[in-house]
Amino acid sequence: MDKPIRVLVAKPGLDGHDRGAKVIARALRDAGMEVVYTGLRQTPDQIVQTAIQEDVDVLAMSILSGAHNHLLPTIVEKLKKEGVYDEVLVLAGGVIPDDDIQGLKDAGIEAVFTPGTPTGVTVEFIKKNLKK
Amino acid sequence: MYEKEKLEQLKKEKQRWQKEKVDKGLSRFPERKEAFTSTSGRDVERLYTPEDVAELDYQEDLGFPGEYPYTRGVQPTMYRSRFWTMRQYAGFATAEESNKRYKYLLDQGQTGLSVAFDLPTQIGYDSDHELAQGEVGKVGVAIDSLKDMEILFDGIPLDKVSTSMTINAPAAVLLAMYIAVGEKQGVSADKLRGTIQNDILKEYIARGTYIFPTEESMRLITDIFAYCSKEVPNWNTISISGYHIREAGSSATQEVAFTLADGIAYVEAAIKAGLDVDSFAPRLSFFFNSHNDLLEEVAKFRAARRLWAKIMKERFGAKNPKSMQLKFHTQTAGSTLTAQQPDNNIVRVAIQTLAAVLGGTQSLHTNSKDEAMALPTEDSVRVALRTQQVVAHESGVADTVDPLAGSFYVESLTDSIEKTALEYIEKIDELGGAPAAIEQGYIQKEIMDSSYNYQKELEKEERIVVGMNKFQVEEKPIEGLLKVDPKVEQLQRDKIAKTKESRDENLVKEKLEALKKAAEGTDNTMPFILEAVKAYATLGEICDVLREVFGEYQQSVVI
Repeated sequence: MDKPIRVLVAKPGLDGHDRGAKVIARALRDAGMEVVYTGLRQTPDQIVQTAIQEDVDVLAMSILSGAHNHLLPTIVEKLKKEGVYDEVLVLAGGVIPDDDIQGLKDAGIEAVFTPGTPTGVTVEFIKKNLKK
Repeated sequence: MYEKEKLEQLKKEKQRWQKEKVDKGLSRFPERKEAFTSTSGRDVERLYTPEDVAELDYQEDLGFPGEYPYTRGVQPTMYRSRFWTMRQYAGFATAEESNKRYKYLLDQGQTGLSVAFDLPTQIGYDSDHELAQGEVGKVGVAIDSLKDMEILFDGIPLDKVSTSMTINAPAAVLLAMYIAVGEKQGVSADKLRGTIQNDILKEYIARGTYIFPTEESMRLITDIFAYCSKEVPNWNTISISGYHIREAGSSATQEVAFTLADGIAYVEAAIKAGLDVDSFAPRLSFFFNSHNDLLEEVAKFRAARRLWAKIMKERFGAKNPKSMQLKFHTQTAGSTLTAQQPDNNIVRVAIQTLAAVLGGTQSLHTNSKDEAMALPTEDSVRVALRTQQVVAHESGVADTVDPLAGSFYVESLTDSIEKTALEYIEKIDELGGAPAAIEQGYIQKEIMDSSYNYQKELEKEERIVVGMNKFQVEEKPIEGLLKVDPKVEQLQRDKIAKTKESRDENLVKEKLEALKKAAEGTDNTMPFILEAVKAYATLGEICDVLREVFGEYQQSVVI
């Protein structure tokens, strides 16, 4: 196996619920990936800049505040503008109603993991769907 | 509680039973697991007997309800006199929308209000702030100025309801707005009843809506203690919260330990600010989580009550019995709700309701079945409220005080939780108290470890969550979830603009300048905040002044 998969776990928006973000960060680390966690209250710009600086393969965002329809597409747009969207697998997780998932996928979020998803499912998804 | 001789005899009998019945039975009916543990990872024995509570002294350890150490409850007659307050946490979109929901809930027999604010409000940003984009009105109601607060409580007489507000970093501002609305209704501050959460330490630990650094936040909190002890004497000035600590993944014991450690820090800060312990301690209140592990939860509430009473009496020398009484609000555990087969959540909430009531809560919020996916609809909120009413009126558990007392298991568990929690508190004392332990990431790391272990147990199916990792079915996406109209953001922006047009700008400037001076000095900030609020300064403007003087908290990231 060559170099490990690099993941940025990020918390966009203002919500402070980071249990899920931290659990997934640890699980991905235990699965052999290199994980950077941003901490709370990251703006779309901050997340995109960190993703570029850390040269990550995966951007995994956790959001439970209900602001996903606004924030997540904004972040994808910015990744595209910076020309890195084609290299970064963009994922989301958290309290996201089923109705909203298709819209988020159309906007460029590659997968949405809702409550109750085993961490192993996310690990497998990442391994199979890396962009580079 | 038992004679030595009888205990000796019992010990022998138990050995005999073990040999004759259990060992024989086990070969034919082996137990389901090698070891049984509670949700919090505590070992659960096959059987509890008087041996397990041999040290228990009824008078000293349990006493009578309404008397030290309050293990059995803070009031002598508990729910025989009055049920707990049924208080559903609600609020979304605009003040107008939330006002409608409150009136609906009061009509349905709810007895107290509980206000949920949106995240920008909780972090002290107006709805037109850049960081508020996409968040306005989402997880609660947006409040930008006194104008919104007037609408929120329109037609609700503040001398008739008690109102709990889940607000922390800017608690002083929202309390000031409430006082101002009261004044406009002709209700003086001394008649207002309610609670502000005002618990910044757990924001640093688990919930995340902090603004200012620790020391400055503690000062705002003690300013509120001092102000309210004179001006708003029936107000609970803080709700020291274990709820979010538990939601973040702590065990039941850690919930008690870290919450009481935070409580100790607030008491110490207030004493350091020159307040007499009995002047503010009677208005301290607590907020706990109610989980599925019924008996462990009941024991947790009882242990918390006893431990706090001892801390207040022995550590802080409180004299007033009210200072020693741990009064608490409970909310059922949001993290136990599943997005899968959401109807099952109604059953979970019913069990959690029983735990809270058997544990002697003073008020309760029951979660709605759809909350793993979205804010609850009116119908699902009604079922949640009805769950409390069924337990109150039909189950019979409210008809005698502390009915599980004396159970060998519950008493032994109560003891054990108290002991382990005390060990944690001693460890935190060694680290320099809760604020220092948070800064070092100790508390966050302990919680994270518990949370990750639990997740691993779920994935290995060592723990079963019905419908999630066992008994799954194919499900259709759930329809009819509550959606907050994205137009709310524009509505709030327009309202702010209108408020700013109609107010006296010079007066606002003058009041904000006065607040700044007070914040820079040592005056109590509360009266200055109240003045600024009454001049229709916005929440964001007031918090900006304080940000300028106090700076902002920097989170220590722990994974």
